[in-house]
Amino acid sequence: MSAIPADPNVTAVSATPRTETNYLNADWSIKSWLLTGDHKRIGILYLVTVSFFFFLGSIAAGLIRYELTAPAGFILESETYNKVFSAHGIIMVFLFLIVAIPAILGNFLLPLMIGARDMAFPRLNLLSWYLFMIGGACIMGGMINGGVDSGWTFYVPYSSMYANSNVTMVLTGIFIAGFSSITTGINFIVTTHKMRAPGMTWFRLPLMVWALYATGVVIILGTPVVAVTLLCIIFERVFHLPIFSAELGGDPVLFQHLFWFYSHPAVYIMILPAFGVQSELIANFARKRVFGYHLIAFSSLAIAGLGFLVWGHHMFISSESMYQGVVFSLISFLVAIPSAIKVFNWTATLYKGNIRLQTPMIYALGFIGLFTIGGLTGLFLGCLGTDVHLTNTYFIVAHFHYVMVGGAVTAFLGGLHYWWPKMTGRLYPESIAKWNAVLVFIGFNLTFFPQFIVGFMGMPRRYHYYYFAPEFQPYHIMSTLGSTVLALSFIIPGLYLTRSLTKGAKASANPWGAHGLEWETSSPPPTSNFLQIPVVLDEVYDFDPVTEHEQDKAAQALEVPSYLSNEAKSIESEKEKR
Amino acid sequence: MAAIASDHGHGHGHDEALHHQFEDMEQQNDSYIVGMWTFLVTEVMFFGALFLIYTLYRSMYQLDFYLAHKVLDTRMGMINTFVLLFSSFTVAMSVRFAQLQNRMGVLAMLGITQICAGTFMVIKYFEYQEKFGHHLYPGPGFGSSPSYLNGASPNFAQLYFGLYFGMTGLHGLHVLIGMIVIGYLMAKWWRNSPMVTKDYIPTELVGLYWHFVDLVWIFLFPLMYLMPKP
Amino acid sequence: MFSNFPATPPQASSFSREHDLIFYALLALTIIFTVMVGIGVIYFVIKYKRGSDADRSRPIYEDARLETAWSVIPLILALIMFYFGTKLFITMRVPPADAQEIFVIGKQWMWHVQHSNGVRENNTLHVPAGKPFKLTMISQDVIHAFYIPAFRAQMHVVPGRYTTMWFTPTQPGKYHLFCSMYCGTQHSEMGGTVVVMEPREWANWIENGGQSQATLTLEQSGERLYKQLACNNCHGAEDNMRAPSLYGIWGKKRTLTGGRSVIADQSYLRESILRPHNKITNGYSNTMPVYDGQINEEDVLKLMAYIKVIGSSVGGPSSSGTDTAAAVLNGTKGTMSPFAANAIQYQNSSMRRVDSTPTTRSGELAVNAIAAQQEAKGN
Repeated sequence: MSAIPADPNVTAVSATPRTETNYLNADWSIKSWLLTGDHKRIGILYLVTVSFFFFLGSIAAGLIRYELTAPAGFILESETYNKVFSAHGIIMVFLFLIVAIPAILGNFLLPLMIGARDMAFPRLNLLSWYLFMIGGACIMGGMINGGVDSGWTFYVPYSSMYANSNVTMVLTGIFIAGFSSITTGINFIVTTHKMRAPGMTWFRLPLMVWALYATGVVIILGTPVVAVTLLCIIFERVFHLPIFSAELGGDPVLFQHLFWFYSHPAVYIMILPAFGVQSELIANFARKRVFGYHLIAFSSLAIAGLGFLVWGHHMFISSESMYQGVVFSLISFLVAIPSAIKVFNWTATLYKGNIRLQTPMIYALGFIGLFTIGGLTGLFLGCLGTDVHLTNTYFIVAHFHYVMVGGAVTAFLGGLHYWWPKMTGRLYPESIAKWNAVLVFIGFNLTFFPQFIVGFMGMPRRYHYYYFAPEFQPYHIMSTLGSTVLALSFIIPGLYLTRSLTKGAKASANPWGAHGLEWETSSPPPTSNFLQIPVVLDEVYDFDPVTEHEQDKAAQALEVPSYLSNEAKSIESEKEKR
Repeated sequence: MAAIASDHGHGHGHDEALHHQFEDMEQQNDSYIVGMWTFLVTEVMFFGALFLIYTLYRSMYQLDFYLAHKVLDTRMGMINTFVLLFSSFTVAMSVRFAQLQNRMGVLAMLGITQICAGTFMVIKYFEYQEKFGHHLYPGPGFGSSPSYLNGASPNFAQLYFGLYFGMTGLHGLHVLIGMIVIGYLMAKWWRNSPMVTKDYIPTELVGLYWHFVDLVWIFLFPLMYLMPKP
Repeated sequence: MFSNFPATPPQASSFSREHDLIFYALLALTIIFTVMVGIGVIYFVIKYKRGSDADRSRPIYEDARLETAWSVIPLILALIMFYFGTKLFITMRVPPADAQEIFVIGKQWMWHVQHSNGVRENNTLHVPAGKPFKLTMISQDVIHAFYIPAFRAQMHVVPGRYTTMWFTPTQPGKYHLFCSMYCGTQHSEMGGTVVVMEPREWANWIENGGQSQATLTLEQSGERLYKQLACNNCHGAEDNMRAPSLYGIWGKKRTLTGGRSVIADQSYLRESILRPHNKITNGYSNTMPVYDGQINEEDVLKLMAYIKVIGSSVGGPSSSGTDTAAAVLNGTKGTMSPFAANAIQYQNSSMRRVDSTPTTRSGELAVNAIAAQQEAKGN
């Protein structure tokens, strides 16, 4: 594989600094955090704030679920219910999913993975966090000060002329947060193009970098369009600019075209980085180069490109023409293929691997299952005949939760566990984390699988009451039970990860024995990432499952505990040196 | 992954124009250029959505848009077009002078650009003032002087003027931002800051942005001002 | 099988079966692929778990044939499903020429349905089995969606433009009607029932202006009741042995046993129906049964209304709003679309009923009224 034979002993030779100074303890002042240009610190800032927003969004989700156990509700008024589900959607989409993996893991990892000292534009990167915070503050302000009840999709003319709630302020927040997203996207693209270490060719890039690059492309092409669209609603509300208002000659369906032109690719902003994380996890824990590396890399770009041509499949029954529907449906079926390729390739990677079932791997395997279901149920909705019945029902709710929660959130949790030692320099408790990963899988399926059935039966989404259709109730009760389990499985990592910050065992530079430049610097890395810029000489994911297996056997024979591979390896190497 | 320290590490004697995350000026300049073009792509998409909205409604309400557009003063728009075109030339010249390290030349050319931008905004101000005087801004009072609608349906004329103010307003905002950025660049050149004098790239970046602003106007002018009778 | 715990919607239109076939085919594909991937993952994880003695030599990292296979096979399957889905969709979007038209107006938060003969209903839709119907729909305010799960039919209802959907109901019964596009506070309650009737039953229904039986005026009901209770056995056209005639009694002076006289007004008539023994007309004995507790107040009103006009010639049902609507429709047929006619009818405020759809919002005409005016102008 490699130009230089892969010698595990060389791994230790790296730019690891001897001093204990790292990006976390270099300067403790608050000012040094708030004015930092360091991509790692910005990643941590995002982690803290995005976790907070995830918490708020989850509370809204919990309220929705408990309200729906009774056909006529029992906690909320209809108006409040509508505000709660809107808050859930807006927070989760704009303040969690779009930022979670790109801005937290992407920011932290991209320069480390390509061997750069920082993003190309560190100050722009910091600006993006501030824009995100201002946008988030506007959104939260709008929700506290009257709330917003138009759903996260802001369909006109409801949002522009009929909603009495605080739509303008929330839209302003999303508009500002959009620019945060754009600046992140620009940084990803420029950094990937221009900041790669010597020898880091395009086809030596980890697949996470490919995914982040594709994400950047989607962000810069899509986000400006939705920014303008939301701006038009703001103008319509504030200045009565009649752009989408049917009564004054505007076209409400035009809004849907513009909105989905962004919001369908936005799905890929959420899921592409998850694909990247998934590839890293599978490669490392199967101890094997990802099967079909090139195809996975290109399929990311294919998804980013084709993703811009399918927005019309959200509008099959919204009065777009029949021929439009046929074309969009065909392209939607085509875009399913690159995703299918990825799933098959990840599965094939396991073949002849040396699989370690540690926490991130359990998340990764769960991801394969959940994303397969999420992706395939997407075909029901891309298929014209069945979409007519299933769209706007709980089927669609279940489908995108399988992709967004089963896909993006699972990958985020897996990635967070995998890079946690790198980010914090601490190890998390493995056994509880492992069982919790299983709990996520169970809770998730229990929550969202019943929604497929109730959706097929015809329960429309965004319904507060269903007393006129009591046959839906058993499925809602199941779903709520599942959501309780799911909530628990989200709280537990919050607790043990926080605890590990002070109580966790110190992590070595490369606790997983992984390949990749981010593991060649200390944990946590120094402020400038590498003492000296590395020169990349070997191929990506240069694992050797055969040799590793032999080493394991040898270590077993010597009765050396080999929980962490690099310990075993260092012992091996010491033996050889003797 | 085998990694060997490269021969030039961090912290050796760079010039002060080089930011810490870059290894050398070439990498920095390349990054700036790629970054600027990427940014301009987002700007194209931003205005592109507005142009799409405009195109759609103009094709739906051709006659009303035509009648409403007659209120616009084509001469003023024409003058503004030439003003901006000329400023594009002066910006291009300033980049040339930056390449030649001719500080006074750069300052002179950027100064003329600023004057052009200012002229553009002043003309725009008078144009806006006239429309506001005729109650041609969207809102409840729109069209309260119906003679200025030239017989266009008030609803569709309102749509036209909504888009007119929205698009030229956003373009004007870009001109204002451009003036601030050019002013900042001039201050840097004035103080002989190595950030700009070391290399012509920062001047070129501002130039790229300014060309983009001009280009948007080149599309706005014929679309808004020069409509054929349908 | 699971009558108390259903997992599928009823099949009640001509689309249902084909739709469900495609749905189950996709479901089968989903299950096959999920199980295949799942078994693959579990098998590999067990076989190649760290420390297992599986053969790991000569691993493969790229294989063009394999990659092509699992790109092309799903692609072919996807295109097959695309074909069937599109075929059904085209059927769903192109209504047959003989489909009867129904107009639907959506507004926050109710559905307003108008049959082509002028019968109107709110939040319900009555259709016969076996006959194709085309729904022409428009919204008065925000975007709604007309959704009948049992028919597998759904379409957005958009302000400012007409959308259409069609279906042929097959199974008589009552089915859910939902608004499935979020439209504001009471979104979840904007819905009702679709009633699929036997064709003959529906023909009656539509003939009677949206009632299972013809609407009767108060007088007609009274006449019917008068006969039902056999009042006419004694109270005939002329005074007889048993009882005085009631013809023309209203407002007349009656002389009672004992010489007192009383005016035959409402309270007298009511008392004489319920407790006839209290005031007996001079010359008659107390033979009439007591109806107090036998008939309710509504029946009393009906009887009284009949007694008021008894003897005069009672006409057919007095003209109701429905007939006027029909009249407007018929009168303008050929020059104006029924839709516009209905809108004009709404505009006429004297005819506006409590449940009729308001046509103005914040002082401006709503879309259908504008359409009507434009059409009227054009004619």
